[in-house]
Amino acid sequence: MATTSTQPVFIALQANNDTLPIIEAIRQDNPQAVVHDYPAMVKIDCPGRLVIRRETVEEHLGRAFDLREIQVNMISIAGNVDESEDEFTLEWKSA
Amino acid sequence: MAAEGNAKPAKKLSLKENYALLTRGLGWEPSYEKKEDIFRYIHFEGVKIHDWDKWEDPFRLTMDAYWKYQGEKERKLYAIVDAFQQHNGQFNVTDARYVQALKVFINGITELEYDSHRGFNILAREFPGVGPRIAAQMQSLDELRHATTQIHTISQYAKYFTGMNEFPYQFDRVWYLSIPKSFFEDAVTSGPFEFIVAISFAFEYVLTNLAFMPWMSGAAFNGDMATVSFGFSAQSDEARHMTLGIEVIKFLLEQDPGNVPLVQKWIDKWFWRGYRLLSLLATMMDYMLPKRVMAWNEAWEIYYEQNGGALFADLARYGIKPPKRAPETIAEKGHVAHQMWSVFYANRDAVGFQMWLPSDEEMAWMSEKYPDTFDQYYRPRYEYWKAQEAAGTPFRNTTLPQLCQVCQWPCLFTESGDPTTLSLRESEYRGQTFHMCSDGCKDIFDDTPEKYVHAWLPVHQIYQGNCFLPGVDPTAPDFNPMVEALRYMGIKPGVDGGDFKGSADATNWEKWTSRPANIHEGAYTDAVRDTASPADVGARKAG
Amino acid sequence: MSVEIRTKGVKPLSNSFGHLQRRFGDKPATRYQEATYDIQSTANFHYKPLWDPAREMFDARRTAVMMKDWYQLKDPRQFYYGNYTTTRARQQDAIDRTLDFVEKRDLLRSLSQDIRERIVHTIVPLRHYEWGANTNSAHVSAYGYGTAITSPAMMNTADRLGMAQHISRIGLLVDGNSGDSLLAAQALWTGHADWQPLRREVERMFVTRDWFEVFVAQLLVADALVYPLFFQQIDAAIAGASGSALSSLSDALMRWYEETAKWIDAVIKTAAAESPENKALLSGWTVTWRNRLLPALVPIAQRALGNKAEDALAAAAAALDARAAKLGLTV
Ligand SMILES: [Fe+2]
Ligand SMILES: [Fe+2]
Repeated sequence: MATTSTQPVFIALQANNDTLPIIEAIRQDNPQAVVHDYPAMVKIDCPGRLVIRRETVEEHLGRAFDLREIQVNMISIAGNVDESEDEFTLEWKSA
Repeated sequence: MAAEGNAKPAKKLSLKENYALLTRGLGWEPSYEKKEDIFRYIHFEGVKIHDWDKWEDPFRLTMDAYWKYQGEKERKLYAIVDAFQQHNGQFNVTDARYVQALKVFINGITELEYDSHRGFNILAREFPGVGPRIAAQMQSLDELRHATTQIHTISQYAKYFTGMNEFPYQFDRVWYLSIPKSFFEDAVTSGPFEFIVAISFAFEYVLTNLAFMPWMSGAAFNGDMATVSFGFSAQSDEARHMTLGIEVIKFLLEQDPGNVPLVQKWIDKWFWRGYRLLSLLATMMDYMLPKRVMAWNEAWEIYYEQNGGALFADLARYGIKPPKRAPETIAEKGHVAHQMWSVFYANRDAVGFQMWLPSDEEMAWMSEKYPDTFDQYYRPRYEYWKAQEAAGTPFRNTTLPQLCQVCQWPCLFTESGDPTTLSLRESEYRGQTFHMCSDGCKDIFDDTPEKYVHAWLPVHQIYQGNCFLPGVDPTAPDFNPMVEALRYMGIKPGVDGGDFKGSADATNWEKWTSRPANIHEGAYTDAVRDTASPADVGARKAG
Repeated sequence: MSVEIRTKGVKPLSNSFGHLQRRFGDKPATRYQEATYDIQSTANFHYKPLWDPAREMFDARRTAVMMKDWYQLKDPRQFYYGNYTTTRARQQDAIDRTLDFVEKRDLLRSLSQDIRERIVHTIVPLRHYEWGANTNSAHVSAYGYGTAITSPAMMNTADRLGMAQHISRIGLLVDGNSGDSLLAAQALWTGHADWQPLRREVERMFVTRDWFEVFVAQLLVADALVYPLFFQQIDAAIAGASGSALSSLSDALMRWYEETAKWIDAVIKTAAAESPENKALLSGWTVTWRNRLLPALVPIAQRALGNKAEDALAAAAAALDARAAKLGLTV
């Protein structure tokens, strides 16, 4: 169920070759996401909810991907986390 | 086990099922010993937990997965650290002023990681629930990682620059390092629930982004590939810890309505205490990075006002309000870094890193970033001090400042809303007067005076004669308490601290790299052949 | 970006941190040394812990054992976080291949019902023993003094969770991931007469306060009896009846036990050699806990080994006594 919150969630990733396909997948699945570039770091804000889908990352990566691999390159997150085999979700529950 | 079960293929387990099977059932209700004799520390704070199994683990890490992902992070990190050491990467940073910030890091922050390791270790022993206990032990191990990787990275700098060689010794003794030390000891000596609210939620979830994201990005911007690597690698653990922070809050609030006021009190306290601690990062960001990514006030807006705003909007459904003293932090955001740098500059003979006055470029940047405060309050002060330096009569403090009984900063902050009046508060306890820097710190003192009167306040200790090495005779005619106190703290006057210009670090830097020790001031010595910064050199070669 | 450095003229101001120079001289330090020696705070503590107001936050007085220098208790494996995790990750890779092999071929599920029940009855409940060891090891690292002992104790804490989960996986391989064997094992651990005496001693360790005594009880005595008994003797009995499928999985546990024993032995040996008082304390704890744990293992050993139980336990006890004597204890 989609959240009604529009408060920003974010994920920050190290800027490197491993994260390019993840960032592309986030852009594709979260049209409202805004990507900010900093030295060595990419911070992606999104109102209310942000989802990383395994299948989309795999499309961009060209191999099987375990969502837990994100942890290796993750710098920070804001929002409540829910993690399954297929989706990694950040969201705020109330507006 | 039914025999026919073997005819079908084994069930495929989801991540959640696998985690639940491999963790949740591990504990049991003891019957030979009383539960309260096994878990002794969970009652005295008054928190009520009815069902430890309601705990939700967002990152469902089993130990094998932990080893796998953490092992991979370590392999990557140490490959970079090895290359950094082999190629003398310590000379690739923008200039030698940047290195002064690393001194603050190793002396003031590394031991906090270690204390954090201990704090979570206690939780890993004392929480009755399997889920939170596992989360705490993984975090405890992570914090050991952070201390370790910081030491392994910065050790390369410590070989070539002054002031980093005695970090465990100095952490326990240097006067301003009692700010971070007392912060974490306050948390660890609290009960387990206060500790986890303090560190996992108030500090890690609400505040550390603000410090580590722009700071580490700034390290990268200044060419310090080793520090940015351990920094961001540690942050990847931190992201896991932050979810522990938010889960613990939800868990406590959902377990019993009676927990709400306790949690609110701890949020108010630790937000303020954490904010005061991180003010150190404010000055590191604004003054110690020769090339800046973001100013402190911008970071505060993004990471506290926006993201903290979203968080507290989310928690409003439990009746939790934003931290009581948040408005003061917003009012102070244009002042705090400048006030702090001024105090360090004035006391530079008693600190373990070298100081300088901001260059013209830097002051122009600060005017732009702090249009409401810098030109009005701080530029005139720096220009006056510059003139005094030029006249050969540099300004310096010869007595140590009054410290706040709670946060242990010198009472250097001004009233919010009146940047020309120092903010001073005091409270009486058992006939004695104690001094605080702010309403936030006074709130904390007044709530638990019996705890804070025990604070080991370095300036008091020095004046009481408790900070001398064995064999020193305070009755000797040539006895100088300040000189002896610095020796006790492990600070070598004129080497570790003092003026950056003319320091061993600045001189060695120019000799070794042929580049200026301060990119904004040109060469201090004739060892400099190229006044361009490495980034410019790279650009020139590429072009 | 390449930066020209006149590296020839660049000599470090020092080769290692001051505290390492004072211990080892001015020469390059190992990563183990850098991560371990003198890291824990020792002075000028600010507040009285609310949970132990009579002592400091870090306080050597939480055990009766006394050391002039707690950093004598070094870990011969020289583990720091980085080489610890990469070592465990590598070992886990090999374990994963074995688990995968056993799972794909249904090697444990296809054993006879009798053998599967024996595994569930005599091996799977040890997941709770390991969780108890995790608690006890966390006690050592939470209240111990000096990074040299607490850091490997923290790693051992994590190891014990890993072992508990490895044993749980053996259960899941037996029950086809239904989890029934884990439920059965918990019922056995908390209710069956075969396991109660051992659980009684594990819970007694939970209320033992002196962290060094907990170290001796759990890591020296209990493990030295439990590991050889279950993962050698009982494992061999099961293998004799059903082939080596289970042994392929218990092998990792024995290897881990042997690696860890090197650390335990170094700690005990050094602490005992420090003073006659330490030696007497450590010897006394070893005897006390041996005398508690040996009878506690009799019922489950008899269930698993029948009339061979007595010999198996006697062998484990003799090995422990010989080991303790070699470490300088009088047992
Ligand atoms: Fe940390
Ligand atoms: Fe204060």
